[in-house]
Order: sequence, then C-alpha cells, then structure tokens
Amino acid sequence: MAFSGVDFYQLDTLLSEEERAVRDTVRAWVDDQLMPLIADCYIEGRFPKELIPGLAELGVLGANLPEEYGCAGLNNVAYGLIMQELERGDSGIRSFASVQGALVMYPIHAFGSDQQKTHWLPRLAAGKEIGCFGLTEPDYGSNPGGMITTAKETRDGWALNGTKMWITNGSQASVAVIWAKTGALDDVSSIRGFIVPTSSKGYSAKDQKGKLSLRASDTSEIHLDNVQLPRDALLPKSGGIKSPLSCLTQARYGIAWGAIGAAMACYEEAVGYAKTRVMFAKPIGATQIQQVRLAEMLTEITKAQCLTLQLGRLKDAKTMTPQQVSLAKRNNVTIACDIAREARRLLGANGILVEYHSMRHLANLESVYTYEGTHDMHSLILGEEITGLSAY
Amino acid sequence: MKIAVCIKRVPDTEVRFAIGTDRKSIDPTGLKFDLSDFDGYAIEVALRLKEQQGGGEVVALSLGPDGTQEILRKALSMGIDRAVHLQADAIPFDALSIARALVPELEGQGFELILFGRNATDTGNACVGPMTAELLGMPCVTAVSHLELSEARGIAQRELEGVTETVSFPLPAVLTIDEGIARPRLPSLKGIMAAKKKPIDVRPAQLGEIRLSVQTLELPPERAGGRIVGEGPEAVPELVRLLRDEAKVL
Repeated sequence: MAFSGVDFYQLDTLLSEEERAVRDTVRAWVDDQLMPLIADCYIEGRFPKELIPGLAELGVLGANLPEEYGCAGLNNVAYGLIMQELERGDSGIRSFASVQGALVMYPIHAFGSDQQKTHWLPRLAAGKEIGCFGLTEPDYGSNPGGMITTAKETRDGWALNGTKMWITNGSQASVAVIWAKTGALDDVSSIRGFIVPTSSKGYSAKDQKGKLSLRASDTSEIHLDNVQLPRDALLPKSGGIKSPLSCLTQARYGIAWGAIGAAMACYEEAVGYAKTRVMFAKPIGATQIQQVRLAEMLTEITKAQCLTLQLGRLKDAKTMTPQQVSLAKRNNVTIACDIAREARRLLGANGILVEYHSMRHLANLESVYTYEGTHDMHSLILGEEITGLSAY
Repeated sequence: MKIAVCIKRVPDTEVRFAIGTDRKSIDPTGLKFDLSDFDGYAIEVALRLKEQQGGGEVVALSLGPDGTQEILRKALSMGIDRAVHLQADAIPFDALSIARALVPELEGQGFELILFGRNATDTGNACVGPMTAELLGMPCVTAVSHLELSEARGIAQRELEGVTETVSFPLPAVLTIDEGIARPRLPSLKGIMAAKKKPIDVRPAQLGEIRLSVQTLELPPERAGGRIVGEGPEAVPELVRLLRDEAKVL
C-alpha cells in the first residue's frame, strides 16, 4: 500500500503547491522503485546502484542547486521534503543523495571555480559521476580539524597523502572531494578542498565490512598514497575547517528532514500493526500500553515536523544558523531512534523480521545518530551557543 | 500533431472517505484530491506521441472548482504544454453538460486526437468522452489499450473479456484510454519547476442545462459475520451445498 505520510497538524497547508508536488513525486518514486528492493538489498548488504539513473532523472541529486548546472533549482523546504521521503524508504538511500548533493555538489558549487562548476555539476546531477566526501579520518571523527591528511604543493600541482574513513559512496565514487592540510599539521586554517578523480594513481578505496547498520549503503576507507593532482584540482574558494563544516551544515539539514521520514515509516507501520494484530481477542491497538506508545510517536513526529519546517523557512530566508541545524539534527534523529525502537517492540516478534521496516530503520538510525556530528557533539555545540563557553 | 487530453480531479482513492450530511456527496473533510487514474494513462499516451513525433502540442483541459488547477499543474509538470481550466463550482454528474462545456474548447482548434481516461475513478460513468465525440461529430474508440498511428488513421486495440479487438479509425478522433497502455511518468522535479511558468487559461465553464443529479449516496450494507459449518472432511458436503444453493457461487 502506498505511503500516505503523517500530518496531524495540517502542516501541508503551510507548504506551497510546488513543495507538495515535489514531496509527492519522490514519495511515489520510493513506493514504486525503492520499497520492492530494499529488504533484499539490506540483507545482501548491497547499495541499489541500479536506482541511480532514476534518481537522477527525477532531479533528486543536488536538487536545491541552480538550474544552470542541470539541477532542479528547488528551495530548501522542497529539498528537505525529498530527504524526508528518501529516508522514509531507507537511510542508506538518503545518505547517498545527501553525499552527492550536500557534500560533493555543494562544495564544488560554493568553493569551486566556474570551470569546475560547469564541468562537474551537470555530470553529478545526471548521476554520470558519483561523488564522495573525504573529511573524517581513523583518529579524527568529531575533531576533523586534527586531520593528518596533507596536500603538499609540487612543481605541477599537489601531492595528497593520508587515510579517510567512514566514507559513504567511497568505493563506487568516480570523484572524491578530499580535505587536506596544505600547511603545518597544527594549522587548521590551511585545510583546503580538492577534487580528486578516483582513477588517480595512488588512490584506493575498500569497503568497510561487517556493518550492522546502513547495510544498503557503501561505506569505505580511502587511502591516498602520494596522489598527484593538477593545480586546478584545488577548490579555490575553500579555506580552513569552516569550509568542510559548512558542507556538513547542508548535509545535517537534510538529515533533520530525513529522520522524520524514518520516524513516519515506523509510526505508520506500528499503527497498521496495532489495528490488525489480535491478541487476547482484541487488536493490540485497543490496549492502553500500545496507545501510549503511538501517542508518544505522533507527538514527537509532529513537534519535529513543526521545528524542521521552520528551519527550512529560515534556510530559504538565509538566516539559518548552524546551531539551529544542530538542534534539529540532534532532536529529530533521537526521536526517530526512539520511535523506531518502540515500533519494533510494538511489532513483537515480527518486529525483528526484515519484511517489516522498523528494525531496519532502527539499525540505520544508530549510524545517523553518530554520523554528521554525533548526538553528543551537537549537545556541546548547543551548550557553547547557550553559554558562550566551549566544552570541547 | 496537436493533442487534447481531458482530465478530471477526483478524490484520492487511497484516503478513506465518508458520505456528507446531505447524503448525496462525499464529505470533503480530510479528503485529498488527485488526477483520476485513467487520465494519467491518457496524459502518458499524449506525451509519448509527441515525443515520438518530435513535436506538436499537448493541451490539458479540466472542468471543476479552483482546486482543479492543482491537477492541471501536475499534468504540466509531467510535460503537457499548456492547460485550460473551465471553472465551475462543482463537477456536475450530468456527463452531457460537461461534454457540451468541452466542445467549444475543442472545436475548430486543430486537435487531431482528443483523449480521455476510460472512466473517472469517482463517478465511473465513462460517458463524457463518447458524448464529446458525438457532439463534435468525430469517431470514438473507448477503452483503448494499445495505439498506433499512421498518416491520417489510427489502429486501436481494446481488451475485451477473453478477446482483443482491433479497431481502425480516421483522424481526428476521440479515444478513451484504458490502464496498462503506458505507465504514467512521475513529474520530475525540473518538470515541477517548469510547470510554474506554463500557462493555464481560466474560463467559466458553459455547462448549460444540467438534467441529472445524484439523489442519494449510500455505503454498501455491513457484511454479516461468517458462519462455521463444521470441521474436517465431514463439513465439506454441507459447505458445497451452501455454496451452491445459498451463495449460488458454484
């Protein structure tokens, strides 16, 4: 049955016709194309790359970037709704789209030269090139400024050395946006971005095995062994740790929306099950314990929808702050985790099966809780915002 | 080739509905509306013909209240070139009045094909298409499941009970389109953005005399509970007897 969404506070009336149309088209695509595959992909630990051409044709990749680069030129609320709908299907697919759009296309658009933009953006929007984003390192996750990947200037360009880890799309990417220090290792201001074709000599990526979460998404480790790049591989307007962090703000914004999608999927599944599963001669939905569960879920989803829609309006008005994004990412992923867990429990033994969605979402959301700024780091970002004192 | 597609805004069949207090109409509270299912196939057929022929114009027409523009916008976002909204407070049940309102928009406009969905998913009349054809003096093929066009003629197939009927017809013609002919495309995100810039002409619908009206609308009676006739093989003869004599399904 088609997904109908959750809208207890008639928030649809706050969306434009075009925003609703975008949401509905992606929703239908997820129903038609992703849902029939996702359980098998998850079990097989396989990213459904056969869906990339369809996603590109729909215009999902970098959908909020300008039309002149082959993108859809949507506003940020419509972009957020796309992320919501994709993650309603699976966090891995949303992660793919987030990385391609917010972490690869966005930095090329924000920090790239005209030549880089006109070369890369249309190809990435069309899904002809797949990108990945190399910031995190084995020993530098929450502290990316400590990175030890280096870019040394050579006679003809740059030489990159280092290791990146937890890189979504890493092993299937044809191009990587790699962040490296061009100066001393204690000089955070020397961090610059580079566009690195993954066919470059010295570049290698291997899948990280054994994941119990985001199984329908590729996560890789990247090694850069004296990778030689031309001078124009540098993103000229990138400079300092702020540059990659601004990309993360874009991606986290999408995650805040995406988490609502996962939560809605779990809620819808829980409601359907509660109404039809009969135990002690009545539907379990007629019991107080399940009604409390469902009431909590609906409340948290509705609160998250309100705050995230306003966040989107602020982003469109260009007044959104990274701290506001932290609050939304932190809140929405937490409530989505809680809702997925409670839905899984409401489903009883059936809840552990892949034919139901809640446990898959629950397992995925544990990664989403940790990536793109852990829950705890977002607490500290908010703590710093409140007190003016940094605790990290 | 110039093609018209006549489409209708109907309640979304995925949403549960209730009968209104007037007992003649569906309660609009909480109702969602969408393009009638078969009309999506008609749009897809028109767009594919345009793409195959590398040109032409496809125009969508719809009659109804203000919300009708939302489905016209959806048609535009799928790739329709322009739209005409015939404004009416409500969509009358009288198919002939709708056909009469459509005729001035279709007559003398150079349309070689005028497409409808096989029937609307709400009223299910399957009348407006054939009536429009009659008023325009054009041939009409209903429930088309396959279509091929040559110079000035078309060949349409219709899936009947256990048999496929192939019909030849001259252009211009009116066709009503069955499901399965071509899966309707999703509006792309760029299509949605482009649709904002495409024109929708709005004119009052000239409905004329409306001679039919719905008197009552009733839900089917609640089904009675099942009956257990026995257990094991010994229950079979009684079950067969009931299925044959009472339920009359054997």
